[in-house]
Amino acid sequence: MSLAGKVAIAGAYEHPTRFAPNKTMFQLMAESARGALDDAGLTINDVDGLCTTGVGMGWMGILGFCDYLNLTPNYVDSTAIGGSSFVAHTAHAAAAIAAGLCETVLIVYGSTAASQRFAIGTGGVAGGGEPCDQYELPFGPTTVGSYAMIAQRHMYDYGTTPEQLAEVAVVARQHAAMNPAAKYREPITVGDVLASRMVSSPLHLLDCCMISDGGGAVVVTSAERARDLKKKPVYLLGAGEAVRHTARGMRDFLDIAAAQSGRLAFERAGVSHSDIDLAMVYDSFTITVIVTLENLGFCQRGEGGAFIGGGRIRYDGGLPLNTDGGGLSSNHPGMRGMFLLIEAARQLRGEAGQRQVRECEVALVHGTGGNLGTRHSGATLILSNQAG
Amino acid sequence: MAEQARYLKPLPHLDEENRPWWEALKRHELYLQQCRDCSAMRYYPRALCPECLSPHTDWILSNGRGKIYTFTVTYQNTAAGFREFLPYVLAYVELDEGCRMLTNIVDCAPEQVTIGLPVAVVFDDVTSEITLAKFRPAP
Repeated sequence: MSLAGKVAIAGAYEHPTRFAPNKTMFQLMAESARGALDDAGLTINDVDGLCTTGVGMGWMGILGFCDYLNLTPNYVDSTAIGGSSFVAHTAHAAAAIAAGLCETVLIVYGSTAASQRFAIGTGGVAGGGEPCDQYELPFGPTTVGSYAMIAQRHMYDYGTTPEQLAEVAVVARQHAAMNPAAKYREPITVGDVLASRMVSSPLHLLDCCMISDGGGAVVVTSAERARDLKKKPVYLLGAGEAVRHTARGMRDFLDIAAAQSGRLAFERAGVSHSDIDLAMVYDSFTITVIVTLENLGFCQRGEGGAFIGGGRIRYDGGLPLNTDGGGLSSNHPGMRGMFLLIEAARQLRGEAGQRQVRECEVALVHGTGGNLGTRHSGATLILSNQAG
Repeated sequence: MAEQARYLKPLPHLDEENRPWWEALKRHELYLQQCRDCSAMRYYPRALCPECLSPHTDWILSNGRGKIYTFTVTYQNTAAGFREFLPYVLAYVELDEGCRMLTNIVDCAPEQVTIGLPVAVVFDDVTSEITLAKFRPAP
């Protein structure tokens, strides 16, 4: 059974906050839910399915959020695979809707990582209870260190340069300048990135995403129902998800989950790379974008550093990427997949203002969750304003 | 307890599945595992082969030598036990036997560390119970 064109994002809302010390995580989630339902022209009573990660909510986290919003859904999914979770939720919700398990699914996220001063990337790695942790945590891995080891190997194998990594951050900032909600909007240069302090070699501070507060939500429903709602439907054409890990000590670390999830999403959507008008790719670090584009098949392995140059990933280039400014410049409350979805929806509806991509009909969304250098997930969606 | 208080980094939790491996490290022996049925090597130690689920395992004594597969010099880690010892080198070492293991590169300046550098194991007795396998440039 193909999901192509059967389900659509009917509502999307990005919480404008970047720092909310006076709000709770559940409040940000509820405000985001209200925004996405308003956007769709629906009410909370229309929601019969709920997806959220449960991360930060305690044991059996999603139940606590159902309690908070007095929800009694027919379908719940708290898949928690890091920052890609909400991208995967969208596919799971689509499958559930297409199978008749529910009709309208709210996918929701909120985080107060910045106001709680939670060191996402440089505070050591969470966990400790799993078998793999016993062979990693004693040596001091950090999230940024995990990605830095990928960058180091990429440079060694393919001659990728610090300047090429920096270019990803420079373009993100150019896009953020056109996004009034973005946290960092002052232009930066390649020189600024290279002059920023080293956090974990070869990644400088400006190679790393920020830590912000934030929230967001999308509403997913059947294509048939979406066509009767307030906004132009954003159809799901194809989806894929995958996991990579240390592979009993035999991992090729430059082969990432995107290779598998991207191939599945393209096959299922029946579109090719040349059809993609916008790529929303998780930019936890500059290297993440380069290695993800390679694994998604936009260029050959090792060519990512050259591929992103020459303005190609600018909003007016050949492959516009992260037009909201990404996690490098707009916002990053910890699990950014939600905002990849929201910006893709804005662009496909023609609501992106100054940074609008011309004739934007097909968008690829790819979320990465976890750490590329140890274990991570990848979730890819292909979305369109045309049903197929 | 006094010793635990001095050593602030995370320590591994020993259990019935991994105890023989950690006890060997304490004797300054680094082991890999190999499936007796399908011959797949594995690191870290597990009771079953993840390739074929066989419970029949041979323990292979590593020669303790390998080369650096990738690394990062960590300048920022706010976690206790690490923030006091910045910068430090986190690395994957590819052992001669084939497996890649996460570790630290010690006994050299971070600037000396490069991918491909030959390294040899250093057994770091961090507590009276726990020894960690770290690596330094091979002589």
